[in-house]
Amino acid sequence: MVKLSQKDILKLANLAQLKLTPEETAEFSSELSLILDYVSQLDKVDVKGLEPTYQVTGLNNVTREDKKIDYKLDKKLLMENLPSSKDGQIKVKRMIA
Amino acid sequence: MKTWDNIVKISRSVNDGKLSAVDLVNESLSLIDASHDYNAIISTIKKRALERAKIIDNGVKSGKNMGRLAGVPFIAKDNFLTFGGETTAASNILKGFNAPYQSSAIEKLESEGAICVAKANLDAFAHGASTENSDFMITKNPHDKDRVPGGSSGGSAASVVLGLAPFSIGTDTGGSIRQPAAFSGCIGLKPTYGLISRSGVVAMASSTDCIGPMTRTVGEASLLLDIMSGRDSLDSTTIDKDSLGYITLDSDIKGKKIGLVKEYFDESLSPDIKASIDDMVNKLKTAGAEIIDISLPILPSALAVYYILCPAEVSSNLSRYDGQRFGYSYKAANDLNESYSESRALGFGKEAKRRIIIGTYVLSSGYYDAYYKKAQLVRTKIVNDFHKAFKSVDFLLGPVAPTQAFKIGEKSNDPLAMYLSDVLTVAPNLAGIPAITIPIDIKNNLPVAIQLMAAQKNDRKLLGAAKKIEELV
Repeated sequence: MVKLSQKDILKLANLAQLKLTPEETAEFSSELSLILDYVSQLDKVDVKGLEPTYQVTGLNNVTREDKKIDYKLDKKLLMENLPSSKDGQIKVKRMIA
Repeated sequence: MKTWDNIVKISRSVNDGKLSAVDLVNESLSLIDASHDYNAIISTIKKRALERAKIIDNGVKSGKNMGRLAGVPFIAKDNFLTFGGETTAASNILKGFNAPYQSSAIEKLESEGAICVAKANLDAFAHGASTENSDFMITKNPHDKDRVPGGSSGGSAASVVLGLAPFSIGTDTGGSIRQPAAFSGCIGLKPTYGLISRSGVVAMASSTDCIGPMTRTVGEASLLLDIMSGRDSLDSTTIDKDSLGYITLDSDIKGKKIGLVKEYFDESLSPDIKASIDDMVNKLKTAGAEIIDISLPILPSALAVYYILCPAEVSSNLSRYDGQRFGYSYKAANDLNESYSESRALGFGKEAKRRIIIGTYVLSSGYYDAYYKKAQLVRTKIVNDFHKAFKSVDFLLGPVAPTQAFKIGEKSNDPLAMYLSDVLTVAPNLAGIPAITIPIDIKNNLPVAIQLMAAQKNDRKLLGAAKKIEELV
């Protein structure tokens, strides 16, 4: 059975830019091991000679004409949703200390 | 509970000037108000709905035909981006989000005169099978307030059954339309993957996300599919609609072959559901259908495939919630990284976090081949098995879920038990085939439903057979 330690969980959380509480870390460590144990039943399935399925409708490289389209986007609402802005631009916290 | 007329009749009456769209919207809004104790609705879109209703009434007065859904109020699951109010996906991280554009499905319904009056509750980001994962409230089953309505489109299903509006729309990534339709007792259609544009719908697992109607009758679901389906330049995975459309249905079941999926009738299936399905199968036999026992041995693996692929795609799709452009943002952060991780920590609920962590794990270097790639390989086997089955039968039939609606709280502390609620619905999503829930019985004062599946792009054929089953109930 795959065991995910609390340290493993914290590493994954860090990769996903997600802070977890100590309670969540402990809970996920035991739950996720159970879930991974459940999905490990796939180890027994023989997939020799098969190609993976990433999409199901057989479409390939769908493109559209390289032309401006009239996209119904409310710019005012778009700006109002910004948590923080300045001079019509997105303002973020500093990136480099 | 209000019983609305068929939407074809409502829109005809509106176009004939016999019914006013404003009155219909007001009626729907007051019904929503009167049944707030079911927690089916997150928010109403009163102002915009009434404005649109006035436009429709005025259009009719000036002699115009206002469309096939003229003045028909409807309710959208709150993961459809809509104008006129917030779109939250029942998550705290999107609280206060006012969508700057509308989903293509809503645009198409509006272009035929339909009016979105409210947004329905769901499991946050559609992660769940009971609506208990909503960050705001738990929707109650219209038949029994101690039970769940199913999920994730639980609010949409309850809305239709409570008669809050003539129809609703939902999304189905692993069963989220069909399972609540079964638990609450309405028609729920998951069309062929790609038939309805996903543009403007909060993404869950993009390779299986589907949009579909939830209605009281099969005929209404057909009309709504006809309106919402087809290619959309804003979603490059969309496919052409059937050249004959979806309105004229062939409900003659004589000589049609229906496969009973052996794996769907194992010991975990409730005997009550089994007995109701047996009754319907006998009726279908009498009506001339040929019933064939069929086995798809790979089906029991479908849920394991789904619970690798779904979190993988979820973790990727949820990465856009970074607290910088929209949604909840942690103000006290000292730098950008802290702003990301704190905004996500405080904005996401537990199930979203759980799926982000699983998804990140199965996609991480060193585990990708063992989990993600392996799941996509087994998925091919599922696709192939369905393909093979539909060479010998026209339809596959089985239950929607192993049990009827369960009690609120019964599974909420056991994520794996909750995931197992999807065991009979995920395979059609992985294979991209259409499937529909049709209520066939009431037992223990709760609905019992069946699930009918057809080959990819055979949605019209599926709806025809569903109509027959509806007649036989």
